[in-house]
Amino acid sequence: MTGRIHKFGDDINTDYIISGKYKFKTLDMQELAKHVMEDIDPGFASRVQPGDFIAAGKNFGCGSSREQAPRALLACGIRGILAKSFARIFFRNAINCGLFVVECDTDRFETGDEVTVDLGEGRVINHTRGFELSVAPLPQVMIDILKEGGLVNYFKKYGSFERV
Amino acid sequence: MGKTMAEKIFERKVGKPVRPGDIVVAPVDWAMGQDGTTPLAIQSFEEMHGKSVFRPERIVFVIDHNAPSPLESVSRLHDLMRSFAKRFGIRVFEVGEGVCHELMMSRGLVVPGDLVVGADSHTCTYGAIGAFSTGIGSTELAVVMMTGKLWFKVPETICIRLLGELPKGVYAKDVILHLAALLGADGATYQAIEFHGPVVESLSVEERATITNMVVEVGAKAGLVPPDAKTLSWVRERTDRPFEVVLPDPDAAYAKVLEIDCSSLEPQVAFPHRVDTARGIREAEGIPIQEAFIGTCTNGRIPDLEVAAQILRGRKVHPEVRLIVAPASREVFLFALEKGWVEDIVKAGGVFVPPGCGPCVGTHQGIPGDGWNVISTANRNFRGRMGNREASIYLASPATVAASAIEGKITDPRTYLG
Ligand code: SF4
Repeated sequence: MTGRIHKFGDDINTDYIISGKYKFKTLDMQELAKHVMEDIDPGFASRVQPGDFIAAGKNFGCGSSREQAPRALLACGIRGILAKSFARIFFRNAINCGLFVVECDTDRFETGDEVTVDLGEGRVINHTRGFELSVAPLPQVMIDILKEGGLVNYFKKYGSFERV
Repeated sequence: MGKTMAEKIFERKVGKPVRPGDIVVAPVDWAMGQDGTTPLAIQSFEEMHGKSVFRPERIVFVIDHNAPSPLESVSRLHDLMRSFAKRFGIRVFEVGEGVCHELMMSRGLVVPGDLVVGADSHTCTYGAIGAFSTGIGSTELAVVMMTGKLWFKVPETICIRLLGELPKGVYAKDVILHLAALLGADGATYQAIEFHGPVVESLSVEERATITNMVVEVGAKAGLVPPDAKTLSWVRERTDRPFEVVLPDPDAAYAKVLEIDCSSLEPQVAFPHRVDTARGIREAEGIPIQEAFIGTCTNGRIPDLEVAAQILRGRKVHPEVRLIVAPASREVFLFALEKGWVEDIVKAGGVFVPPGCGPCVGTHQGIPGDGWNVISTANRNFRGRMGNREASIYLASPATVAASAIEGKITDPRTYLG
């Protein structure tokens, strides 16, 4: 997967990703997608090209358990998140929705960088700045879920976690 | 090496020894969803062609976040929950019954040793009675409803010993705000926290819940208090469901042990827009406020309304402050009515909204205006959290919020505590 980076700082919480005032109103993710990151980066949603990535600091996705956060990010075109660390519930939710998450040092990434992520090989390549990072693999169950495009498809296929 | 509470609860559930880092598939005792997360869980359930639910008597839906409904679209989502629940025989706590976490504990559903998941991040609250409880997403809730199971990574545990005794005017909320500032917003990510020591032993179950409620604010997966005699009598008053208490081994292996002396702690205030920014009251005193909020799954319980009423009795809320109070449950509300606390607060100028989340998450009721400062007993103060990104939220104990409501500025509650 190759895409362009949108850079954010530390502790981006789920209220920032999609505010509670929108998420309670609708299950329409296209509608929510318009408001992604609105409170900290107005106009973000309109700048995203399908397939783009976010590179953030530590503790991305802290706060509420709202699965609307990764779903709205996906709906607005974001394919995956690179961050120094993730909050636990967001990390699971992202994988469950088919949004990939990579833990790595994001200091040298800037908005606009062209980046390739190879989850199978555990590599992130920044073409714009010419460097490569190797990243730790995810637990197998998460790789399997991601491979199916999310937990819904995983369950449709396997019907249980008994493979774990 | 001995085992922590979290490890022992998982071992019991999966019937084999576990270690931190192990991935296990465990059966859960309860699954809970609220009105912000359950509609999406129902959608995922339908997408997976779910036909039946596993143990409907152990699934609970709560309509608390956006209740009563402020919009027709929300009413439709509430009805979606009601009709799904009816189809499968799932219990629904209706509009006005209270906040999900308070109901799961105070209605005697969760017992010590349970493994509980909830599609709400503050599900970690029930560790106050020695259950392992944690927040999950909507699709995971759908999977749990179908199968009764979920995969978990067994967490490492941080042991926190709260030593000394709490000075007058300093409460459980001040302790956890102080801890959040010490550990930082990601200080316990992927880990569980066990609370030990004389301070936690001295607290009521309700006050312990204020502490476990906020462990997710430092990234923790669960916060646990080893059950004691107080826990057992509290739980037995509410249920006759049998249970077996799980205590940590005396030689449990912790990722880290922190000792905190609470004897010189001051009332704490967390500053906008982060939870891990608490400082002693002296550094916040005098900041003008336009709204004060007492309630939520953190501080909407009996001891919270009691201290608020005590401070507000016979006094008046500052004319430039809106004081809003949301009891955590109908039972808390009725108890406060009976004790005369509601009268004390209303006569002082406070406004009661129905038991539930109230203005906590910014979907209705009590949305602050531009440039307002809010002082709140909630657990989060992110920008926009209460529905307006132009407002600033300070977090504090109910005593500090009540005293500040009277003065119109952040105030040390100790001057009001006689
Ligand atoms: S009171 Fe606030 S923090 Fe607690 S469950 Fe409701 S919205 Fe969440």
